[in-house]
Amino acid sequence: MAEIKLEAIRKSYGRTEVIHGIDAEISDGEFIVIVGPSGCGKSTLLRMVAGLETITSGDIHIGDRVVNKLEPRERDIAMVFQNYALYPHMSVFDNMAYGLKIANVPKAEIQARVAEAARMLELEPYLDRKPRQLSGGQRQRVAMGRAIVRKPAVFLFDEPLSNLDAKLRVQMRLEIKALQRKLGVTALYVTHDQVEAMTLADRMIVMNGGVAEQIGAPLDVYANPATLFVAGFIGSPPMNVLSHDIRPGRGALDPGAVIGVRPEHIDLVAPGAGLIDFDVAFCEPLGAETLVHGVTAAGDKLVVRIDGEVKLPADGTRIGLSIDPARILTFDASGRRTET
Amino acid sequence: MEKRVVFDNRWLPYLLLAPQLLVTFVFFFWPAGQAIYQSAFIPDPFGLKTQFVGLGNFEYLFGNRYYRESFLTTAVFSVLVTVSAMSFALWLAVLADRVIKGSSAYRTLLIWPYAVAPAIAGVLWLFMFNPFTGIIAWMLAQLGYTWNHTLDGGQAMALVVAASAWKQISYNFLFFLAGLQAIPKSVIEAAAIDGASFWRRFRTIVFPLLSPTTFFLLVVNIIYAFFDTFGVIHTITKGGPEQSTTILVYKVFSDGFVGQDLGSSAAQSVILLGLVGILTVVQFRYIERRVHY
Ligand SMILES: Nc1ncnc2c1ncn2[C@@H]1O[C@H](COP(=O)(O)OP(=O)(O)OP(=O)(O)O)[C@@H](O)[C@H]1O
Ligand SMILES: [Mg+2]
Repeated sequence: MAEIKLEAIRKSYGRTEVIHGIDAEISDGEFIVIVGPSGCGKSTLLRMVAGLETITSGDIHIGDRVVNKLEPRERDIAMVFQNYALYPHMSVFDNMAYGLKIANVPKAEIQARVAEAARMLELEPYLDRKPRQLSGGQRQRVAMGRAIVRKPAVFLFDEPLSNLDAKLRVQMRLEIKALQRKLGVTALYVTHDQVEAMTLADRMIVMNGGVAEQIGAPLDVYANPATLFVAGFIGSPPMNVLSHDIRPGRGALDPGAVIGVRPEHIDLVAPGAGLIDFDVAFCEPLGAETLVHGVTAAGDKLVVRIDGEVKLPADGTRIGLSIDPARILTFDASGRRTET
Repeated sequence: MEKRVVFDNRWLPYLLLAPQLLVTFVFFFWPAGQAIYQSAFIPDPFGLKTQFVGLGNFEYLFGNRYYRESFLTTAVFSVLVTVSAMSFALWLAVLADRVIKGSSAYRTLLIWPYAVAPAIAGVLWLFMFNPFTGIIAWMLAQLGYTWNHTLDGGQAMALVVAASAWKQISYNFLFFLAGLQAIPKSVIEAAAIDGASFWRRFRTIVFPLLSPTTFFLLVVNIIYAFFDTFGVIHTITKGGPEQSTTILVYKVFSDGFVGQDLGSSAAQSVILLGLVGILTVVQFRYIERRVHY
């Protein structure tokens, strides 16, 4: 068990800097998800915590130690890789026991710990198999098992579910969360999937272009995105962005500034009865909900989320949109959130 | 999955194979057949007539002390060449694998010896170790060590082993490097996180995952040591001093072409052929079984 503290972490490859100073404090037992688009530096940040990449500047604390100069094995961490990185020539048992053997754990205890992990992960029938004789989901579990038998202070995950099909992904997501809760181990989990981030995280670090744009609990981040990027990245469909202020009694927006409103904070009303009118382009019925796409008179595209049982408006009709002005967020030209 | 090509034309496959079959027949089966045939005869001293002796040539060979010693020499020579060429190449490949920048430059440089013909390689090493004019022989003399491989059988063996291994290192290096680079980086990283030191990772992860490459090279190197080192030995020691570097293939040559005992030479070829066949079968049956994972 351990806290992790990142202080002004930077990383450069040659002359290009890819991580531009990240600060974060993670408490003991917390599940932190690092989320962001491809290439934003998530893996790099995680690998610096693991000790697989050098740290260009800044400090990483795990527990009460600065680990910058420590080898991976001295950091008391375990990592699950995207491709699982199982040892192909070893049985499932040996894969899980490898780290324990190196740590000179007595044979009987190795047996006991691997058996315990195998029971938890339902891997008991496969202990003698080689990784290539397992399905993707089973391999994923072996990788998990290898991480948990060592009882590390910190779990690191780099997109561990991205090679699984959608259904298995949802199932494993729940299992990972349950396992982490049960073991109470601090976890750092990288993903580019915002749904995974929302469902797993105690708090999430939303990264973009090597910068942590926002750190916070999923629902706080969702309700109060600090930047336009976060507003667009978290939530599906993303927040609507309009270049014209539609609130009554407001002047024009500053040049480059925009307003944002979540699709579910808009209601359909009769034309002229709402804040603004829009022309329906098409509807996406998803069952529980329907997404109504359209364009405002000012030319801004909008998506509205309505209940799935409401009758669909016909394409091309003009409808009024009722929006609570308090739900409207404003962003300045640099994408920062502004009050008002 | 099995890949299969189906030909509609019955003769096309044979036609496509024909050049390869022809080459194999002309340069392998025919000479091999000749060797087997000739091994049953001895020529008279003037080379005018031959006399059928059945297995007489073989009987004579196994009763011959020099021939039995040549077996031992071959064993020592091929083990030394194979082990040193492979271990040195593996060491270089591990180093090159760790260097990301400039690795292509290293690679190119390390491949060069392979392009050198055996006889040239032999001459090269001979120059360096010439007891009277060679630079390394001179340096060794400065250190108080007398180098004369024309007199000392041990030194002669060391020299031909070094020259033969040197030539084969490039080849082994290429395969080892490719093998190392085929091992996923994350597997090595996982082992590092599991607590394994560099050496332990090498022993328990890298080396086992490299075993198909190692096995392949083992077969290739032993065959190389048995046959392709002829040029090196011929230029450096001519099998001497006192037959101390006369490996089987060299003895085939010296008895047949120098000694003009064609029957015995042919019998030796047959034995050599059988030996390599057995070795290869053994390697595939017993070692290859253990390299799959
Ligand atoms: N060894 C390297 N040398 C140079 N640049 C690198 C290296 N590794 C990563 N980068 C760069 O650093 C940036 C961050 O890479 P990183 O792998 O951390 O992205 P990521 O957020 O994990 O993306 P993904 O979701 O695609 O895995 C990228 O722009 C990448 O090109
Ligand atoms: Mg990544």
